[in-house]
Amino acid sequence: MALTTDELAAVVARDIPAGSYVNLGIGRPTKVADHLPGGSGIVLHTENGMLNMGPAATGDQIDPDLTNAGKVPVTELPGASYFHHADSFAMMRGGHLDVCVLGAFQVSATGDLANWSTGAPGAIPAVGGAMDLAIGAKQVFVMMTLFDKGGRSKLVAECTYPLTGVGCVSRIYTDVAVIDVGPDGALVRETFGITLDELSDRVPVPLKSV
Amino acid sequence: MSRTRILETVDEAVAGVEDGSTVLVGGFGMAGMPFGLIDGLIRQGAGDLTVVSNNAGNGEVGLAALLKAGRVRKVICSFPRQSDSYVFDELYRAGKIELEVVPQGNLAERMRAAGAGIGAFYCPTGVGTPLAEGKETRTIDGRVHVLEYPIKGDVALVSAHRADTMGNLVFHRTARNFGPVIATAATTTIVQVGEVVAAGDLDPEAVVTPGIYVDRVVRVEQRRYTVEGAR
Repeated sequence: MALTTDELAAVVARDIPAGSYVNLGIGRPTKVADHLPGGSGIVLHTENGMLNMGPAATGDQIDPDLTNAGKVPVTELPGASYFHHADSFAMMRGGHLDVCVLGAFQVSATGDLANWSTGAPGAIPAVGGAMDLAIGAKQVFVMMTLFDKGGRSKLVAECTYPLTGVGCVSRIYTDVAVIDVGPDGALVRETFGITLDELSDRVPVPLKSV
Repeated sequence: MSRTRILETVDEAVAGVEDGSTVLVGGFGMAGMPFGLIDGLIRQGAGDLTVVSNNAGNGEVGLAALLKAGRVRKVICSFPRQSDSYVFDELYRAGKIELEVVPQGNLAERMRAAGAGIGAFYCPTGVGTPLAEGKETRTIDGRVHVLEYPIKGDVALVSAHRADTMGNLVFHRTARNFGPVIATAATTTIVQVGEVVAAGDLDPEAVVTPGIYVDRVVRVEQRRYTVEGAR
């Protein structure tokens, strides 16, 4: 069976080493936070200026001055710290974050990422911190469904959407497979409810298997 | 006494902003948005403004109200499109406002550079993307970098938590965001705070923005909003 978003979030969480500093992108990757094991010492970074971010705030906890990158009210954990935007992105760009998990429209077998614009006419361009995150963290994971609503593979030989970063993604976590990408091409690490042959038939890039 | 002036009213605080100014506006969504100063700027009447801010307004308050009043010619930001950015969206689709999209970290660092006297800097963000097209590049340590120039403001509008009479500032949680950066990057930095305390009443070790960056301070009743439809 293909994985649900929550099951996939648990798989991503499983692969984040204890003690890592981690940034979770807005949307689907946010769910990874719900599956990080207690006591792992993983510290969440939010680009709007905080380390050791806690879960979403509810009721009386809601403070409009304390939000995540998606502008959702959140909480602080003991040992949290606040800093301004230039410091927050220096942390990212300076290679201090261990892992960043982002969503994507397309990822190429060599690790190019397209996740900020479909280039559609009339669309209002908006990039936020995606380009800074893509080139900053030591490891960039992408979390997405492998196929779009029309059944087309989002893992491609070359991205057709405008790029966010070149050669920046190290691994994609999808509902049907976990695949390493990079200079050596695509390497399937794990599949869910699909055989390697079926996968190879539906994905337009050569797949190797571990 | 310091150079920082503590003013009684918002109208005094925003006096003198000229048509055509570049205005740096603090805030990430609604957090840290200087609502009182923007209302004052709308009353003051300056127009044809270039606004530099992370977003392009939420709902119809703060930056969105300034846009709606027709005072802004151009927005330089990282993320205009949000769940409640309909004021900007309509102006943009009607061709009534210019937009320059800048990656968020570059936006912050370009203003930091302006405040720090840096002429330009090489940065790996955006290499190979449409946002770096036409920009000078250089390979440093085997990695391609893009040359980025500072963004300097005529005016910065900042919301902070508390100031002392020297203009030293402390912030509250993630409402800090761009405040300390833009405070350094404008000719005139104007700050609204919830409270002004005597010099000596802020812990010098905890000051986030030293008063040297702050020209005018005004106390306002701080308004706070959450972003509708955020997820």
